[in-house]
Amino acid sequence: MLKVNIHKAFPGITIDVDFTVTEGILVIFGPSGSGKSTILNCISGLQQPDAGHISLNERLFYSGSAGISMPTRNRHIGYVFQDYALFPHMTVKDNVMYGIPARCKAGSGYRMTVLDVLEMLKITHLQDRYPGQLSGGEKQRVALARALMVEPDLLLLDEPLSALDHANRKAFQGELLELQRIWQIPFLLVTHSRKEMTVLADEVLFMDKGRQVTYAPAA
Amino acid sequence: MLEPILLSLKVALAAVVVDFLVGLGIARTMARKEFPGKNAVESLIILPMVLPPTVLGYGLLILLGKRGPVGNFLLETFDFQLIFTWWAAVIASAVVSFPLMYQSAKAAFAGVDVTLEQAARTLGAREMRIFLTVTLPLAWPGILAGLVLCFARALGEFGATLMVAGNIPGKTQTIPLAIYFAVESGDTDGARNLVLVITLLSFATVFWLNWWSRNKLQAWKKGGACNAESQHP
Repeated sequence: MLKVNIHKAFPGITIDVDFTVTEGILVIFGPSGSGKSTILNCISGLQQPDAGHISLNERLFYSGSAGISMPTRNRHIGYVFQDYALFPHMTVKDNVMYGIPARCKAGSGYRMTVLDVLEMLKITHLQDRYPGQLSGGEKQRVALARALMVEPDLLLLDEPLSALDHANRKAFQGELLELQRIWQIPFLLVTHSRKEMTVLADEVLFMDKGRQVTYAPAA
Repeated sequence: MLEPILLSLKVALAAVVVDFLVGLGIARTMARKEFPGKNAVESLIILPMVLPPTVLGYGLLILLGKRGPVGNFLLETFDFQLIFTWWAAVIASAVVSFPLMYQSAKAAFAGVDVTLEQAARTLGAREMRIFLTVTLPLAWPGILAGLVLCFARALGEFGATLMVAGNIPGKTQTIPLAIYFAVESGDTDGARNLVLVITLLSFATVFWLNWWSRNKLQAWKKGGACNAESQHP
């Protein structure tokens, strides 16, 4: 279970959210500049809240009052960035395998091998290419595969569909739903598209100017 | 004639190594961190590029000379006299060419997308691994360009080198010094030959850098690293 309570002030905008996710896909919905990505960054540890509390399955990520902040690398969170953030100098295979060594040493078992993940996302034939040689949809799949290979306990997706064309978007939506069913971990997905929200959300967090407007199960 | 050439190459290469080791950390820090007084620190780093080499030579002499803090320490502790050795020439060359390495490396580090480092962080990588596997490889073309310029500048260093290393044939007499003293003593043939050698060396260095940044760098930026020439889908 993911518990998030964040307070963070910027010049011009203050972000205040409080929500809990047990399973399924929580869509964080709101216009650009409403603080959606900041929430993902705080959960992953890339940014620090000013105050609050973040925990996942009894693991405390952040506590403002106790002065605790776990480093990003120990949080075991998959993060699919808006612009994919694939390493341009590595092949698809090297990108996907980048997150593995750290967890291997921890001795944890794997749900899926690299080949399984590549196969599932239909990118096996791309493994020796470089990101510069991929289309937007292919990059998206590689980014997703890379995030899943660390065996995350939570997956964050920042506008994962915004750069895809209509056909790719539809296919990818279906795959995300399928993935969530297989992986059985909470997904947090940021979007400003009402359509995506309707298709993907189990629950929705509506954001406006940094504030949580409503928090409700999807209709 | 061979002695000054080999010595020049040796001194310039050593200066490049020194600049690389010192410059990498400083450039990386300055590209990413903001702190009070950053502008002043940066101006100090760039200063050797605009100051007359004689001023740097004078400063180094004060610092490294027998009575200077560094020179005195080395003499008392290790019984080692730094001044008028080829090490002094290396230090002079390294100081003079440092801004070239620094500026290229800093721009290269600043050009690496922060999101890539963040992505590596979410994938469980430690900061050292991120630096070695993501930041450094991506900044490498810029850093290498800086090193090559550094080498070319170090090769031509005259003023500061003369002041701290002197002009000892076979020991500290690099090509630029040998040229100056050959002309002084009326050995125009010797001077001309060395002029040709250093001009060719410098030209080749800069020519290669231009060629490389036009071809390799462009291809590298567009597609994959090593096999950038491989066909697009």
